[in-house]
Amino acid sequence: MTDVNVAPVRDTSEDTVWVEEVSFIDRVPRSVSMIFVFVVFIALWQLTHALALVSPIILPSPGETFGDMLFVGHNLLTGGYMLPALWITILEVIYGFALAIAIGFSLGVLVGETAFGERAIMPYLVAIDTMPKVAFAPLFVAWLGFGIESKVALAAFIATFPIVVGTAAGLHAADENARMLFKTMGASRMQTLIKMKLPAGLPQIFTGLKIGAVGVMAGAITGEFLGGGKGFGELIRVAASQLNTPRVFSLILYLSLVGLALYALVTYAQRRIVFWHKERVGVSEH
Amino acid sequence: MDLSAAPTDMPSRHGAPVYELSHVGKTYARNKVVALEDVSLTLRHGSFSSVIGSSGCGKSTLLKIMAGLIPPSMGRVVLQDRPVRGPRRDIGMMFQQATLFPWRTTVENIVLPIEIRDGRAAAEKAKARAHDLLEVVGLAGFENVYPNELSGGMAQRASICRMLITEPAVLLLDEPFSALDELSRDMMNMELQRICTEKDATAFLVTHSIPEAVILSDDIYVMKPRPGRLAEIVTVDLPRPRTLDMMTTPKFGEIVTYIRSLLDREADL
Repeated sequence: MTDVNVAPVRDTSEDTVWVEEVSFIDRVPRSVSMIFVFVVFIALWQLTHALALVSPIILPSPGETFGDMLFVGHNLLTGGYMLPALWITILEVIYGFALAIAIGFSLGVLVGETAFGERAIMPYLVAIDTMPKVAFAPLFVAWLGFGIESKVALAAFIATFPIVVGTAAGLHAADENARMLFKTMGASRMQTLIKMKLPAGLPQIFTGLKIGAVGVMAGAITGEFLGGGKGFGELIRVAASQLNTPRVFSLILYLSLVGLALYALVTYAQRRIVFWHKERVGVSEH
Repeated sequence: MDLSAAPTDMPSRHGAPVYELSHVGKTYARNKVVALEDVSLTLRHGSFSSVIGSSGCGKSTLLKIMAGLIPPSMGRVVLQDRPVRGPRRDIGMMFQQATLFPWRTTVENIVLPIEIRDGRAAAEKAKARAHDLLEVVGLAGFENVYPNELSGGMAQRASICRMLITEPAVLLLDEPFSALDELSRDMMNMELQRICTEKDATAFLVTHSIPEAVILSDDIYVMKPRPGRLAEIVTVDLPRPRTLDMMTTPKFGEIVTYIRSLLDREADL
């Protein structure tokens, strides 16, 4: 033991207790901040309308729009003429997404796993991806007719590429150690793919699926705009041609609910399947 | 102390040769770089050997050849009387990173080598053995925990179990604890010694740390770069079991200083 004399310190001073500053946004519940933004948005909208900055034909008042939303909601809930239209669009989205997943995933594995795919196929995929895909709509209509097939094709066409890219990138996500480990265990290529590369790539694959889910909606509606049919996009087109802007707004809103539901479904699946991976940016609270 | 003992003077407490390399060399065809030149070594049953050297001295090339991950350009690589021509189940390997897969529980990670080689049913049966191994490394009760919830040291303990589950004849350790903090590292090294003694394992460690090599090893292979080759074999005759206290003894210091001088000499070249 060392012999150190420490002079007793008289404890007369105050405790060093102080309040850490917490920024305002951290003290407010998330819902409150979200409502705040919503209220400001509506207020600005109402103000624009009240000051007649924009012609009411172009921009209806929030009240008008809300009234029309109630009308459309009532029509949908009571099985009015809009319900079958919405159902057609939902079917296009579901079929389109399923097709995009099947094709996108297969191509993604081909491109991400094989040297041939990476060298010989990927350049063509990149080339096609840079084309304005909407411009293919007339072709799909010419090939597949005015029914839902042409819309499904366009929706799938747009959604496929992000899924290809997500899957291919995901297959490269596993680190060198994991590859080496599988090699030392004498794993076959198939085992390495299924037991290591695919699970390791799931976060990227789901990112691709989410981008695809957004694209599939845009594809279906664009297809309806350009190729007719009986979907929700057609209702929007008709309302717009009649300068019924409140209707256009409320139809878009209901449509976005469908898109949101699809996105939420993918996010839910992601949280269940990729439980070990916590996303840093997202709508989730953690 | 005989610091420059030849391989034939190995301590008699170790058994028959398990792993033998003779005149092994590796030249990368693409750029004609000689990564490894004329390496001969013998790992005896129950011995602990280390290889130490600066980066570029070919020690990872050597380890990869011994693991059957890459073929040598010349020489013979013989494990348990059979030439090594690819990965084998009697070779256990451990890396710097624990590399546990986050979608598998700890026990599922440990039986993964069995699942790969013998299928799911065998892996299921091996879980009982995995449980015993977890007990050996002090991780009992963590079977069904996901790796995200394990600390760095715990993850490396689990990866020790994964290496041991196939009951390999030789353990190849590629700087297994260098990603850990120094306190955990010392502790894990002592654990490693205990486990190796308990399992009567033959181990081969690649490391950058001279003290780590000395405290763990019976033989230390000092390597020199350009071209990668064996410079000297240093025999450590500190008694077993080794303890962390030994790191402060004069003898320990002497060996460390000697190895450092070997490595410094090479750095001047």
